[in-house]
Amino acid sequence: MQEAMINRAKQLLADGTVSRVIGWKRGEFAYDITPAVFESAEELESDFVFDDFTAANVSKYLVKESAKEGKVLVFLKPCDTYSLNQLTKEHRVNRDNVYVIGIPGGPKLDIEKIKAKGITGILSVKNENYTLKIETLYGEETMPFSEAILDKCASCKSKKHVTYDELIGEDGDILESNRFDMVEQLENMTAEERYNFWREQLSKCIRCNACRNVCPACTCEKCVFDNPSSGVENKAASDSFEENMFHIIRAFHVAGRCTDCGECSRVCPQNIPLHLLNRKFIKDINELYGEYQAGEDTTSKAPLNRYTFYDCEASIVHERGVE
Amino acid sequence: MLRISLDKIDSLFAAISEKQALYIPTDRADGAAEYKRYEAGMKLSDKLNTVRSAKDFFFPQTENLVEFKMEGKKIEVNDIRQECEDFVIFGVRACDARSFTILDKVYLVEPVDSFYKNRRDHGTVVTMACTRPAETCFCQTFGIDPTAPEGDCAVWSDGSYYYFKANSDKGQAFVDSIASLLEEGDTAELDKTIAKTKEIMGRLPLSKLSTENFGGDKLNEYFNSDKWGELSESCLGCGTCTFVCPTCQCYDIKDFNTGDGIKRFRCWDSCMYSDFTKMAHGNPRLTQLERFRQRFMHKLVYFPANNNGEFGCVGCGRCLSKCPISMNIVKVMKALEEK
Repeated sequence: MQEAMINRAKQLLADGTVSRVIGWKRGEFAYDITPAVFESAEELESDFVFDDFTAANVSKYLVKESAKEGKVLVFLKPCDTYSLNQLTKEHRVNRDNVYVIGIPGGPKLDIEKIKAKGITGILSVKNENYTLKIETLYGEETMPFSEAILDKCASCKSKKHVTYDELIGEDGDILESNRFDMVEQLENMTAEERYNFWREQLSKCIRCNACRNVCPACTCEKCVFDNPSSGVENKAASDSFEENMFHIIRAFHVAGRCTDCGECSRVCPQNIPLHLLNRKFIKDINELYGEYQAGEDTTSKAPLNRYTFYDCEASIVHERGVE
Repeated sequence: MLRISLDKIDSLFAAISEKQALYIPTDRADGAAEYKRYEAGMKLSDKLNTVRSAKDFFFPQTENLVEFKMEGKKIEVNDIRQECEDFVIFGVRACDARSFTILDKVYLVEPVDSFYKNRRDHGTVVTMACTRPAETCFCQTFGIDPTAPEGDCAVWSDGSYYYFKANSDKGQAFVDSIASLLEEGDTAELDKTIAKTKEIMGRLPLSKLSTENFGGDKLNEYFNSDKWGELSESCLGCGTCTFVCPTCQCYDIKDFNTGDGIKRFRCWDSCMYSDFTKMAHGNPRLTQLERFRQRFMHKLVYFPANNNGEFGCVGCGRCLSKCPISMNIVKVMKALEEK
């Protein structure tokens, strides 16, 4: 797959279709991959990588890259295409300047899950028939591939590319996922249990803003929390109220726009399952306004961006009556 | 050497915590290690390191500095400083122990930061030698020996015993305070463990990383390097690297309006943030490139320029494993060195 991607990227660079390529760059170890922009065949050949660790959703980089001159080629996994569609819909990405190659999705691996098994000094990770052979400074270790899958991949919602200019590999289907299971568990808790669950999680927050900055739905030029004139700007949560509110407000702000790409939880250095807040909103929207998947298309109206007579809350439209 | 059997660790912790507050690294439900105040039954983590570094004990993320009360045109200024309680941090790794020396160079020079000094004066640092360094470790690049950690008292384990050696008066007082639990024993097994760790250190993937090409005299060469654009292009501008870093020391001072007064506090700041060092005309570092460059220039060039060649990094590897885009000081050093 990696070889086919590099070859196709080189062709599109050579024939002038695109001037840049967004993909993933090899790191120091087996797993520390960095999203990168490639401008030449040489760069692609030496550094481009696509493997079990290329989990990063690179669609948000298109906000910046699609505003530049010339077309940019981007490789998107199925989940990433939902983010691009949503960004296109919000006029944050100039889709005309983007050439999308749809590539197969995960499941991708979570190095933290490998390390959590006590495996350290990791020199290489090989997938042999869904058994991971891990070469370490302390000898060879093995573990099942299935136990090292990223959480966001374990509850994959779709193998279908919702936007692309061409595909490498086959397109898939929308899946029946188990992604709302944990939300249901939380709903079934008592208010006190749920509060304790979230306090335990959110008290770990160090306000590094990685969740916000990686989020494809968070593309404000100036976030209210970074703006000293906003009155709510803060660099550190001074108490538990601020700790909670930062994440709850952020979840509100992306409600109806979050595609459930799972990047917030993937990047959290403190392992806070932030995606559960977003999934609660997605589940509620589905139940209150009808099934809706953000990023599925670029034209439909989002449930929270319009009023209809049948909205669950009394609205101006309701009071005015149906024309 | 004075030692105690591993299975007596609970009684050791109980004895320490009877006299003063004791903090140990312990595993959370999600498997990551963090420092917590010791309570009976708490288990010492066997993780290599905590997610948050030990700098939190001396330089917490937020800290109130002073309070103002206002009545008409009268302003009352309240100094809220209090003498800190005595405490012991147990299990600090050699990298984090060195970070205190680096923070001291910032906070204990004139004008002395009395908040930091208060905590330093009352804290006893008990370190723990490493036996299983990770691939992300590069403390030896900065001349740190993880088999001989600094701190007030160093502790080693050979799998059967913990061995103690005081490095300072405070450390000696600590050893004296637990002397009744310790016994003299030979170090034959420990010497083998240390030799094994040293052998692993030589095989670490980053063992050849050197500071040779960095330091205060490289300012113009690296500041003007054309590598920064590529290195910083995918930086998210988050503060993860800064906040998990044991040596990052920048803070912001802010006022919080309580309604009938003002609480002035400081909190960690990050040079990666868009409002870092914001002045009347805005942020002097206009794009992420300049902000990113600042962080690494500070650690590799500015800090050694001002501190007799000491670098602002201890090679703990936290930024290597926690950066959301896996960009870090090692990749920066290697890229800058490439001609």
